[in-house]
Amino acid sequence: MGVGIEVNNLNAWYGANHTLQDITLHIPANEATALIGPSGCGKSTFVRCLNRMHETNPIGKVTGEVKVGGVDIYSDISAVEVRRRIGMVFQRPNPFPTMSIYDNVASGLKLNGFRNRRVLGEVVERSLKHAALWEEVKDDLKKKSGASLSGGQQQRLCIARALAVDPEVLLMDEPASALDPVSTAKIEDLIFQLKVQYTIVIVTHNMQQAARVAERTGFFLNGKLIEFDSTHKIFTNPGDKRTEDYITGRFG
Amino acid sequence: MGCDARRAGEDGLATDMEKQLKSSALNRRWRWFTNHLATVLAILATILVIAPLVAIFINLVYKGASSLNLNFFTKIPAPVGEEGGGMANAIVGSAVLLGVASALGIPMGIAAGIYLAEYGRGTKLSNVVRFTADVLNGVPSIVMGVAVYALIVVPMKGYSAFAGGVALGIMMIPTVGRTTEEMLLMVPHSIREAALGLGVPNWRSMVSITLKTAMPGVITGCMLAFARVAGETAPLIFTAFGNQFWSTALNQPIAALPLQIYVYALSPYDEWHRLAWAGSLVLIVLIVVSVSLVRYVTTRGVLKGAS
Repeated sequence: MGVGIEVNNLNAWYGANHTLQDITLHIPANEATALIGPSGCGKSTFVRCLNRMHETNPIGKVTGEVKVGGVDIYSDISAVEVRRRIGMVFQRPNPFPTMSIYDNVASGLKLNGFRNRRVLGEVVERSLKHAALWEEVKDDLKKKSGASLSGGQQQRLCIARALAVDPEVLLMDEPASALDPVSTAKIEDLIFQLKVQYTIVIVTHNMQQAARVAERTGFFLNGKLIEFDSTHKIFTNPGDKRTEDYITGRFG
Repeated sequence: MGCDARRAGEDGLATDMEKQLKSSALNRRWRWFTNHLATVLAILATILVIAPLVAIFINLVYKGASSLNLNFFTKIPAPVGEEGGGMANAIVGSAVLLGVASALGIPMGIAAGIYLAEYGRGTKLSNVVRFTADVLNGVPSIVMGVAVYALIVVPMKGYSAFAGGVALGIMMIPTVGRTTEEMLLMVPHSIREAALGLGVPNWRSMVSITLKTAMPGVITGCMLAFARVAGETAPLIFTAFGNQFWSTALNQPIAALPLQIYVYALSPYDEWHRLAWAGSLVLIVLIVVSVSLVRYVTTRGVLKGAS
């Protein structure tokens, strides 16, 4: 099951650049939450702080508190543990090119020393079915490289790979921005099915997408969270002038 | 008035177009010419690159093939004046030396490359290491032999296969290290992020993802280094020394193909000259075969569509 995320006074820097300023928001469990805002507003940095990927950048720095299911991910558990519990799908599909489709999905478990073949097989099948990719690849699981699939299939493969380690939260950083409309629709359908089991945070540039898939939406601007409310409210009756300007296309 | 001006403009346009058409025909011919010129130059350059290797190989086959027989691969060198004899001990000796060299040079080179690309990026130490590797690459091989003579042969009180292997191994380190670094840096950052994002520890992602993805290039680097030192003679003169008899012991002087070729080629006997040619042919063929074999074995498991 998914768990909620509580973020309190989160600040993040790239070198001297203060990219996130005093972000406080509560993301409820088993919902999709969309983050919108112009490029460079800090929304990607924000999701990267939720699974401690931000600190993998040598000049990245974070302060503040992030609690996932009541656990403070910056003090209670290690970064590696955090990333096992909070899966991430990146903007561009990034399957491991040297691995087969099967190994790509199994990689999270295998690389952490899990060896039971029978269970691995079940996990791979379940994850691929969950990511709506099973029917397309079941005959080539061990024959084809993950990189041989089409862009949309690769992205679903990456989702399956993230699901295979059984996370509680799934972070998606513009998961459909490099895909064509058909693949994008598939990913959006997937988000609907996945939020039954997982909490989903999705960064998107596409406001229709946010409106379609998310219960709640947050609007970021210049490193600050301007507004966070139900998607319906944000898109029909925003509380802040800047949010209204952005969603009506008056800037950004 | 306005109409006239427009007509004048249209006339201007028409002549412009005519001019353009004419010049585009000229252009087309010019493009055709430069295009073919570039193709011809590229083909010429390719031939220039391949020609020496082919010439050497043909010459070796011409002068050496006639001396090749079973004895060459099974017998040790015959004493002066006697017919026959072979280079079996030198072939095995070269294999032993290259085995020691690879066991030392490849792991150390790869480790250094990993340090340069992953851990020491931008640090002072990594700049020193990189500079040292480049200088080491330029050190004349005879100097390497003398250095290892002082470091190993003198304290151990004797020439040895081990000393020869170390000399060759040190020569492999810079090539292996620098290629490993380049290849690791070519692995897209997104792939490292994918591994870290799955909760894979840093070292594990390094070994199982980054290094594995870079492996074809790393292997090419190792093979380059291997092929280069396989033909080295100078560093062996003061270290492995050479041996007319059977020996595979690491603490004893050992024969090596390049050394044997060197000795035979300098000798005054025609029979030995022929053997030197044959030895050179065998050396080249063995290098080509071992490099191809490693390539075949390491690329066998590559999947359909893997980049």
